Amino acid sequence: MQRKAGKLSANLSAMQFVQRNGLAISAYLLTFTIGWIVFMIILPQLYMFDFSFRHNLLPMEIGGPKDVYTLKNYKYLMFGREGGGEMLNWLHLAVFFKTIIASVIVTIINFLLCYPLAFFMAQMVKGRGQRLLFLCLLLPFWVNEILRAFAFKLIFAELGLVNAFLIGLGILDQPYDFLGANVALYTGLTYAYILLMIFPLYNAIESLDHNQIEAARDMGASWLKIHLRIVMPHAKPGIASGCTMVFMLTAGALAAPNILGGPSSLWFTQIIYQWYNTGGNWPQGSAYAFVLLLSCIIFVRIMMRVFKVGLGDIAKR
Amino acid sequence: MTSNQIRAWVVRGYIALFFLYLFGPLIIMSASAFNQSSYPTITPWEGFTVEWFGELAQNDRLVSGFINSVWIGFGVVALSVPTALAGAILLMQVSDRVRPLYYTIVVSPVLVPGVIIGISTVIFWERFGSVVGLDYETTNNPFFLTIVGQSTFISAYCMLVFIARLQRFDKTLEEAALDLGATHTQVFWKILIPFLRPAILSSVVLAFLTSFENYNTTVFTMVARGTLTTELAGLARFGVNPSISALAVVIMGLTLIFAVIYEIKKRREEAITEASVKRAAMKRRQDTAAAAAQVAT
Repeated sequence: MQRKAGKLSANLSAMQFVQRNGLAISAYLLTFTIGWIVFMIILPQLYMFDFSFRHNLLPMEIGGPKDVYTLKNYKYLMFGREGGGEMLNWLHLAVFFKTIIASVIVTIINFLLCYPLAFFMAQMVKGRGQRLLFLCLLLPFWVNEILRAFAFKLIFAELGLVNAFLIGLGILDQPYDFLGANVALYTGLTYAYILLMIFPLYNAIESLDHNQIEAARDMGASWLKIHLRIVMPHAKPGIASGCTMVFMLTAGALAAPNILGGPSSLWFTQIIYQWYNTGGNWPQGSAYAFVLLLSCIIFVRIMMRVFKVGLGDIAKR
Repeated sequence: MTSNQIRAWVVRGYIALFFLYLFGPLIIMSASAFNQSSYPTITPWEGFTVEWFGELAQNDRLVSGFINSVWIGFGVVALSVPTALAGAILLMQVSDRVRPLYYTIVVSPVLVPGVIIGISTVIFWERFGSVVGLDYETTNNPFFLTIVGQSTFISAYCMLVFIARLQRFDKTLEEAALDLGATHTQVFWKILIPFLRPAILSSVVLAFLTSFENYNTTVFTMVARGTLTTELAGLARFGVNPSISALAVVIMGLTLIFAVIYEIKKRREEAITEASVKRAAMKRRQDTAAAAAQVAT
């Protein structure tokens, strides 16, 4: 009975939908949206998840007796090759944790770097000065991500500007390997996603009534206290959004680590890429990709919980 | 100096450093394109040259990558802008109960790492294609995969642009047109689409540029082929040759021109809407003043 009623109301709302949009437009709306959701968003992720539990088979073996589910791809990330002698797969686990921790650090540095500017732009300048600042912020980000990373490679290279400068000043005797030490990588990663931090922060701080800051100052609140107790609590959704976006993009970055990473150090995405490309083991790569996806989902959930914001606040830019 | 003056100088110094960080690397890279040194650097300066630009045009892989990028960009615009529009309109119409779930799903591609979108697209079409019996050549075509893969998240970006505009849509316009006997299709083309035109333009630009410069998804979906961005990444990774700097100068020059035109256009549009809002307000004020005068006499 209840199911019948549910079906009826579904039919009714479907009819209302067609009535409201007309047949042609309804067909367009539904085809594109369902196609997007089913064939581009949901099914590919499910297929990847399914694939991560399979053996790496030749095309003709797929669907055959060997095509059974297995946990070995996940086991490999944890414990390494079976009978490999090691307790855990330290090489890959270390890369995974290094990627996550480094991404958190990059996110924090990014926040500290951008917060003052966002505050300045939102509360201190108005009119033409503000517009000029916006334009200056946007311009570098119209330039390709690869070229931005390459610019940092030039600066930090053995024959680059930083080494030439430091040797010229007599601080260094010989060039320091900034690329090998990942200095270039972290500087480049921080640079890459500045905009995604600045804009959410700006939007959130901009809506704060300046009188509140004035009032706090009149009452004798210190500069630090004004920010910690008034501006930051107000800007919480913006902080959550900026930090989440920057973390996700940094953890999922592939171009900057490829170009700026030292030869001996890897980013987790680079291992995934190796499984696909030179490794030729797609199920293994899928398992690694799924672990990355899961970490990102957990991170977003934590941010939503800690900052008490919805997904819409985070994705809105 | 008072403490206020000191603070003002600290702020100025911070902003100067911030923009030095932002522009310094790009300026140095551009300068290195004109240095004769065979290694891209500005120290030491070995003399001015433009020979690295000549070398660019002879790099066949970059040229064909560029052409591929343009075609893919068109494909992504053609697929993602209509998808984004449909997604945004539906969001306005789904019931309150379904909306949070629907929104979570369609906005999730923004938050999923591009690498994962690339991988899952390749796997899905390979496996799904063989299960359903689609033509292998089609479902594993690098252009098809790249356009579909990139559109997955670019549609979500564009949808956010449409949502922002749709929230200001006056529904009574639609109702009035329907009352006056317009068909739904007419309302869509004659009222909704003209209202959304600025958002459509923004999404077209956004979709094309995002597609053009995407690396993380494309490097998986292009398989053995390359776009300008993936070819460039290969060069930037292994080769150290000033012709990359030269290409950077070309791309930066083009994007700068493009960005400035886009900004000016946007500014002008904003100015026009602002002016019309002001005019309307002024007219209303005049009307009320006239009415008041009438009442007074």
